[in-house]
Amino acid sequence: MAYQSLQEIVETGNSRSIPFWKVILLDDMNDRSVTEEESVDTMKKMWSAMLEASDQYEGTMLSKSRLVGGMGAQMETYRTSQEPLCGDFMAKVISQALQMGESNACMKRIVAAPTAGACGVLPAVLIPLYREKKIPDEKVLEALYTAAGIGQVIAARAFIAGAAGGCQAEIGAASSMAAGALVHLRGGDSSQIIQAAAMALKNLLGLVCDPVAGLVEVPCVKRNVIGAVNALSCADMALAGITSRIPPDQVIDAMKEIGESMHVSLRETGEGGVANTPAAREIAQRLGM
Amino acid sequence: MSIFDILGPIMVGPSSSHTAGAVRIGYITRVLLGSPVAEAKIGLHGSFAATGRGHGTDRALMAGLLGMQPDDMRIPGSFEEAEKEHVKFSFHDMQISGAHPNTAFLEVRGTSGKELKVQASSLGGGRVMLNKLDGIEVNCACESPTLIVRNQDKPGYVAEVTTLLTQHSVNIATLNLHRDKKGGNAVMVIESDQPIPADVMERLEAMEGILKVTYLMSREEA
Repeated sequence: MAYQSLQEIVETGNSRSIPFWKVILLDDMNDRSVTEEESVDTMKKMWSAMLEASDQYEGTMLSKSRLVGGMGAQMETYRTSQEPLCGDFMAKVISQALQMGESNACMKRIVAAPTAGACGVLPAVLIPLYREKKIPDEKVLEALYTAAGIGQVIAARAFIAGAAGGCQAEIGAASSMAAGALVHLRGGDSSQIIQAAAMALKNLLGLVCDPVAGLVEVPCVKRNVIGAVNALSCADMALAGITSRIPPDQVIDAMKEIGESMHVSLRETGEGGVANTPAAREIAQRLGM
Repeated sequence: MSIFDILGPIMVGPSSSHTAGAVRIGYITRVLLGSPVAEAKIGLHGSFAATGRGHGTDRALMAGLLGMQPDDMRIPGSFEEAEKEHVKFSFHDMQISGAHPNTAFLEVRGTSGKELKVQASSLGGGRVMLNKLDGIEVNCACESPTLIVRNQDKPGYVAEVTTLLTQHSVNIATLNLHRDKKGGNAVMVIESDQPIPADVMERLEAMEGILKVTYLMSREEA
């Protein structure tokens, strides 16, 4: 049974002197009637699939609609030939987010986290850090449990589908999960994990789901970038001791309230917002949608 | 919802509802049919009709009908695969009143000659709902081990089936009963906590008045 509250996960961990990720691992063992080894093996599969998806990126491929493709490669060329404003590490994060989003749009194999449209956020922050800082695999798996725990509470208290709550429910949730995972990787405690998760979600509240021609391409691929970059800044804030003035669970409840009051044209129907611009209408018509 | 519904599934893009869920609908249909598909007429409703082709929903449904899972790299080439296996297939748009926006209606015929009509919806995150089987409402998520028994609408079948499950220590999570009309065809949909042993299936199939027994494994096993 999923936890309904981030605060409850922290309190459960504190009362039993176990870290956030361990609370989630134990819950999964109980929920699916599996051993620790079985649960960790499944998580390993998810991590290998993320790494594999990253390796499988091809800079020359285009999506069927030809709207996206090649941006991840462009960013890499720029990163390696010039001096990115954000610095080398952040530029790697941006590249990875674009690449994963583009692979998804091109029907490559990815890991939904929490959705396919937001599949670039978590790997974008984890993979460059894993490769650059030589983080042990076990530590990454712990970070993934941390992320999953946060995502599960968001899904239980609110939603994680654009059709239900807009992009804040997808990229917002992914960013929140990634922020918590990063705090764990950098040695933060359970309380800092949920503070980072709260700030990351809060920063993306109100983000609507307005895909051009209804496809998971524009603006979705680039929104993976904002999800990843936002996660890094919120993790750093939490590690600096900065907290969210609004408790994490209440931030999730606010996301739910906003999503429910969002007009249907802004919830994955491809009718409002960016999807309703003249350029987008023209694209939709050209594609016969 | 398990943590691997949040971190996962591993899937071919671009959309968990329009692609992964569609593969799963096709796959469940293939399992329910019980033999390879020879012919499929597939109706797309709502958002499946509006944006489905751009999301590869059509190819995803076909991939599932060929027995592929949502992470199968062959999904984008499922039409070519189907042609190679001489499967006849066609797609059409349709409107199903009251249906979820992501709904497909599949009319399939197996190589065995058996025919089946399935209406199913993709709920998001790759999760699906089997709405109707040959026009009879079933509404099952097919996430736990699921037993679907079709029998004549007469007294005693529920008792027979549940007794058999009890004898094999299978705990019933949910049990739903549906029928097309009084004394007509009835459907029992049982979701269980434990896998259902093969001899339970055999015993049920041999029972008089039971027309068809289908077993869908849980998501991890399927």
